Amino acid sequence: MADRTAADPAASRKRLALLLLMAPALVWLVGLVVLPHVELAVLSLRARVAPRVYEWSFDQYRTFVDEPLYWRTFVRTAAMSILATACTLAIAFPAAWYIAKIARGRAKTVLFVLCLIPFWVSETVRTLGWMILLRESGVVPRLLVDLAITPVPVELLYRDATILVGLVYTSLLFMVVPLVSALESLDDSLIEAAYDLGGNGWSILRHIVVPHAAPGIAAGAIVVFMLTLGNYLTPTLLGGKNSLWFTEQIYAQFITRFNWEQGAAFGFLLLFLSTAIVWAGLELTGQRFGDVMRRA
Amino acid sequence: MQQDLEVDRVTKRYGTQAVVDALSLAVAHGSFFSILGPSGCGKTTLLRIVAGFLAPDDGDVRIGGRSMRGVPPNRRPVNMVFQHLALFPMMTVGENVGYGLARRGVARAGVAARVDAMLKRVGLPGAQDKRVDQLSGGQKQRVAIARCLVLEPALLLLDEPLGALDLKLREHMKIELKQLQADFGTTFVYITHDQSEALVLSDRVAVMNAGRFEQVGTPQELYYEPRTPFVAGFVGANNRIAGRAARSDGEMVDVVTAEGLAVRARASGRIAAGDAVEAFVRPEVVDLARDAAALPPGAQRFSGRVGSLLFDGANSAVLVREITTQAEIRIALPQTGRFADLRVDEPVAFGFDAARALCFRAGDHGG
Repeated sequence: MADRTAADPAASRKRLALLLLMAPALVWLVGLVVLPHVELAVLSLRARVAPRVYEWSFDQYRTFVDEPLYWRTFVRTAAMSILATACTLAIAFPAAWYIAKIARGRAKTVLFVLCLIPFWVSETVRTLGWMILLRESGVVPRLLVDLAITPVPVELLYRDATILVGLVYTSLLFMVVPLVSALESLDDSLIEAAYDLGGNGWSILRHIVVPHAAPGIAAGAIVVFMLTLGNYLTPTLLGGKNSLWFTEQIYAQFITRFNWEQGAAFGFLLLFLSTAIVWAGLELTGQRFGDVMRRA
Repeated sequence: MQQDLEVDRVTKRYGTQAVVDALSLAVAHGSFFSILGPSGCGKTTLLRIVAGFLAPDDGDVRIGGRSMRGVPPNRRPVNMVFQHLALFPMMTVGENVGYGLARRGVARAGVAARVDAMLKRVGLPGAQDKRVDQLSGGQKQRVAIARCLVLEPALLLLDEPLGALDLKLREHMKIELKQLQADFGTTFVYITHDQSEALVLSDRVAVMNAGRFEQVGTPQELYYEPRTPFVAGFVGANNRIAGRAARSDGEMVDVVTAEGLAVRARASGRIAAGDAVEAFVRPEVVDLARDAAALPPGAQRFSGRVGSLLFDGANSAVLVREITTQAEIRIALPQTGRFADLRVDEPVAFGFDAARALCFRAGDHGG
């Protein structure tokens, strides 16, 4: 401890260098994340009592609790996001397993690129692609008529299932990448050893593969959940006006109603509630946040 | 005697190349059997066929008399200790050892009791709750073996488990492995490329090369009576002298190298004059002296100069260059310290008893 108090010029130079290196990150963090959030926090905690007269109050937060539309929209958004995350995991896991453990050399690269290619196209265009496929006069309804599955074209847009499909499609890559890296680090001889000791496919998956990949699964799930919860474009375009997504409520408060106070409060509620859900998820599965983020 | 493992003309091909070529072997109950060979000789493939991870293209594997055709690894009475042990890092030591029992549907209390007893037997009492990364290399190996032996397999396969350890620990683990095998009486099949491990540990050793066994025998037989030039060169240190048989009377052969060095050696197999041959002389068979008169009578004699000194305690040796042909011969230094003051370039005399040198026809691969 004594040497730390001593004025060591080398140590202080090192500290300065570290500070300079971190400066861009700090500027970004403070300027773009901390300051706007402080401003939003202040906004969300005041109420207009008269023109241009404001007072500290919890009114905006009370509105969220008192008005069933708002909290139900949030519950619906969270539930759909959890479902979308689960679907993404179910689809991404076999794909990641194939890429990490079965594909070799060139095939591996090609498969990985195939997962990436949709991201070359902007999210808007991608979602519009879904609309072209699914709208009443679109490709899929016509195909269903041609195959005599439905008598008339059905509108496949503006359904919850459609929103789900769009969300899973958008999120797939963010689940596949951490899963592949988690599964690649699993030593094949562990699987063989478990098999040799009498394990079958199911018990190996449960006792060896999933525990090993758990931080990767959690990392992917957190990223996908957060992206889905905060997604605006996909639910709006595929779900239409009545998709009832929480980010739409925030958008409406800020842009349509010009009620920045209410919008700010909703923004904070989204932040806190999603954090609480992630925390609960980590607690339930016994994961540590630090381990998970190292895998992400 | 009952054979725990019988491998009957097993063949495995990759493309057109036979990695394991019509191989047969039998391992007696309770013995320590090693398969020794250089990397790429097919020994790992053979072990994986026995464990059930690979299916042979031809032939059959019988364990305890029962054919293993179509039996998957998780249903064979065989367990394997992997090269890097493959302990499950996500489980405690107790869970590792109990994994196989739990898969067999043994009740929780039964698993705990048997894990406890097994850990005591391998000298790790009460280690159940330790994490795998808290163990030393030697302890990890004992857990890997305990994890298999708790299932009471007919056969334990070991895939170079000492390969990743440092030298000191490897020496220690060799002794420990031998004691564990003696304690449990389980049949061990051990594969290694390290001839010292094979010689120290095994009751019997099969020397494998290019998919076939060159020779199967006790460590002593392999060392003193190698039947092929490959075995002579691979098991223990040896001086190899390649040349042609100038004269052969069926018993002794006079070998002359391309450089003109002439040595006399005992023939192994039938050798006719004019055959291309390889003679082998062990470093400890060659006598070294400062003066030719000090060599034992009856030995063939050479003179040379010291090339390099290889001091290694009890395994010290010296490389001597024969004076006219410059052929290099490795000679073990006696333990008496008589040659402690030997200098590089010093003139010396050396010789050996022709009956203790072995001569093979070149490229002979045994039967």
